[in-house]
Amino acid sequence: MTEPTIFEISSPGRTGVKFQSSDVPEFDVPKEFLRDELPMPEVSEIDVIRHFTRLSQLNYSIDTGYYPLGSCTMKFNPRINEVTARLTGFAKVHPLQPVETVQGSLALMYDLQNWLGEISGFPGITLQPAAGAHGEYVGVMIIRAYHKDRNDSKRTKMLIPDSAHGTNPASSAMSGFDVVPVATDKNGNVDLDSLRAVCDENTAGLMLTNPNTLGLFEQDVVEVINIVHKAGGLVYGDGANLNALLGVVRPGDLGIDIMHFNLHKTFSTPHGGGGPGSGPVGVAAHLEDFLPCPTVGILEEGSEDYPPLYGFVEPAKSIGRMKAFFGHFGMMVRAYTYISMYGKEGLKNIAEGSVLNANYLMTLLKDTYKLAYDRLCMHEFVLEGHWPDAPGIHALDIAKRLMDYNFHPPTNYFPLIVPEALMIEPTETESKQTLDLFADAMLKIAEEAKNEPDLLKSAPHNTPIGRLDEVKAAKDLVLCCWIPEKNS
Amino acid sequence: MFIPNTEAERNEMLQKIGLSKIEDLFSDVPKEFRYPDLNLPEAVSEMEALQNLKDLAIANDSTDDLICFLGAGAYNHYIPASVDAIITRGEFLTAYTPYQPEVSQGTLQAIFEYQSLVASITGMDVSNASHYDGATAAAEACVLAYHHFRGKRNKFILSRYLHPHYRETIKTYFQGYEKIQITGDNAVEGLQKNEDLLKLVDYETAIVYVQYPDFLGRIHDFKAFAEQVHAVGAILAVSVNPLALGLIKPPSEFDADIVTGEGQPLGIPLSYGGPYLGLFATKNQFVRKLSGRLVGETVDNKGNKGYVLTLTAREQHIRREKATSNICTNQGLIALTSTVYMSLLGKQGLKQVAKLNYDKAHYAADQISKLKGFEVVDLGAFFNEFVVRTPKPVSELNSLLLDYDILGGYDLSNDYPELENHMLLAVTEMNTKDDIDYLVEILQEVTND
Repeated sequence: MTEPTIFEISSPGRTGVKFQSSDVPEFDVPKEFLRDELPMPEVSEIDVIRHFTRLSQLNYSIDTGYYPLGSCTMKFNPRINEVTARLTGFAKVHPLQPVETVQGSLALMYDLQNWLGEISGFPGITLQPAAGAHGEYVGVMIIRAYHKDRNDSKRTKMLIPDSAHGTNPASSAMSGFDVVPVATDKNGNVDLDSLRAVCDENTAGLMLTNPNTLGLFEQDVVEVINIVHKAGGLVYGDGANLNALLGVVRPGDLGIDIMHFNLHKTFSTPHGGGGPGSGPVGVAAHLEDFLPCPTVGILEEGSEDYPPLYGFVEPAKSIGRMKAFFGHFGMMVRAYTYISMYGKEGLKNIAEGSVLNANYLMTLLKDTYKLAYDRLCMHEFVLEGHWPDAPGIHALDIAKRLMDYNFHPPTNYFPLIVPEALMIEPTETESKQTLDLFADAMLKIAEEAKNEPDLLKSAPHNTPIGRLDEVKAAKDLVLCCWIPEKNS
Repeated sequence: MFIPNTEAERNEMLQKIGLSKIEDLFSDVPKEFRYPDLNLPEAVSEMEALQNLKDLAIANDSTDDLICFLGAGAYNHYIPASVDAIITRGEFLTAYTPYQPEVSQGTLQAIFEYQSLVASITGMDVSNASHYDGATAAAEACVLAYHHFRGKRNKFILSRYLHPHYRETIKTYFQGYEKIQITGDNAVEGLQKNEDLLKLVDYETAIVYVQYPDFLGRIHDFKAFAEQVHAVGAILAVSVNPLALGLIKPPSEFDADIVTGEGQPLGIPLSYGGPYLGLFATKNQFVRKLSGRLVGETVDNKGNKGYVLTLTAREQHIRREKATSNICTNQGLIALTSTVYMSLLGKQGLKQVAKLNYDKAHYAADQISKLKGFEVVDLGAFFNEFVVRTPKPVSELNSLLLDYDILGGYDLSNDYPELENHMLLAVTEMNTKDDIDYLVEILQEVTND
């Protein structure tokens, strides 16, 4: 089942859009600048609609099935978000318009800053970062700027638990820090001895994901934060797993100094096949001056008769600008819509629902699959996808076989500290029935692993395409619809 | 609403787990911090939420309410209806990153086509699967250059007419690198010349960054310029407006090494600044140093053609602190948006819309140059933007224009103190001749004193 590329269905002379003819005189383009070849496809509108509709049908998606993807929070994406983000007053507004003409956008951003601050316990918020990793980079740069501002230049170490996402060490290294790993203890928490051994006057900070990527709440979180603070370091909270905490506990209250949000995980903006995301960052009061510029503030206070005048303000010691304009505004509209529909009392239902679903599913599976750390989990848990009596079966085989049961596989081979990891996050938007069906499939696959291992090794069988040759892809490296001529 | 389980189901599930109440699930959370009182509004229904959002949206003046002559890195263009029809399909909208290729061929092939279209329009060999926007793509190009020379060349030369936000972003990204010297964009008297930039180029130079058309809208021939940059072995990076490339020669023709740009003109709504699309294309020789995702063609176990994410060993989730970039999520759905747009317009449509922009901007410049007190500055080749010297401060003029429902051009004195009373005007296919004549008439009227 293959769909030809858009270049392959091209037919000279076709076009999918007709523009009006010009109502002004024609002007010549100087010959030295005029492009002669424009090797783009030539297709009609129906060609385009059919081509991309067919392609869409080769995809798995939340709208068509269940994604137990650990660490990704694949919750339902409400359609009302798509309607509000497309309102003319939001979609057709230029980022450089005078602030007087965009008070609606600015009021929304101002409120969203405050709401995210209230939800997380951080008084300072920037909405600018484009994604989680971008927010992380902001976080580590703020850590650097904070120490530099205090003329504390010896702090070169960034401590990162060995269960962390790959973006944590990558963001730290990009900002010039030396990455120092911290071990995990037998209960799945940060190992306090390991932390004490490396935390000293050279420590710039600790990057802590809580709940961590094992899906466990750090039982010693207050002590972990104390250790780092006592050494003069800051604690960065990776907000990837914030879904488990909404309305239940605020990371800022625990003493965390900085955290990024993933609007595309926690606040329901669609993943879009890999973006766009949005990665706002919250900071404690002592770091507000370092936020990227600009943030949204009130330029003139309002009165009973007039609303305030919103506009842009520059934090005093800002690390600078992280991207053009002000962030992924369209994603902010979606997150704002979502938060307003849950409200002050409702947000905790998200955390409770996601943690309940995860523990329920874990209970159904833990007798059949080895549970890496056997204790109550938060919004996700990590199983090991291998058995002594099914040699040769790996987590990957289980993942691929799940596709035959019309489920998306869980995250596998992450976190790195669990062998053959299968990381499962149900989210609050899945029903008990769906979880039961998924558990049935997992249990059945465990049987097959022992009795019919070839079914797993050769899976998937029912997908539009079979297992793909990734080695060939990297070796032959065909990245375009044609092979470009060697450039120089 | 969005949570399906009923109370009865929740109790059944709790029982299975062996707990009696929901709060028991949170026993690891220190009790004194549990269940804070949140100062947030009460929940609203979908109907109320829509009304609240509409109230905010109508507090904005949109480009449907105003005649827009504002550009400066984001442009008011027509978006064909079919674009939204495709990108709102749940199978694209709600899919995850295509790490499981067997169930993600739709996204993967679309990205593969995106890479092909971007390579084609820029004239380069390869494109990645996107960056966040034009600014971060430029910063990542500098990251590539830095690593290409293994940190041994420490000079980045930026044209003063690279978008001010892009220059600021590059400087933010590199603030932790104390050896890096970012130069070239300092204030000058009048206008900076490309030759002045070349004077800075030496064997310390890792990258030279120019914009095409530049921030002032001008088109320059960088052929001789590129030769001099290459003579010292430095990388020439060019930030483009991709829509202009429907009409003017691509940067490959003057041997650019890296082409980045803001993809917003390719069918992406203005949306108050984002989400947009960072284009990033290079020569083959840099492919293994590209940051961001890449899709490659391969075959499945039955020999059928298929697509996978490839060269993933470069990325953060494998290399962790050894990765040269931390990028993870990028602009998947926005890349798809531009793919559908470029496919719909195709060869003819892209040429036509680019020429409409060109002709209308030139007509506008022609008319404004006849106005008393106004002067079109440095009138060489340009695409859809040009600089006008105004008889009044631009902010003052723009307030007056707003009274006539005209969204005036960008006030260049915001970023260029030497360009006080200089306005950057953008004209696109959305502006009719009547709109332009109206602008000209009102400009004269509000300055006739």
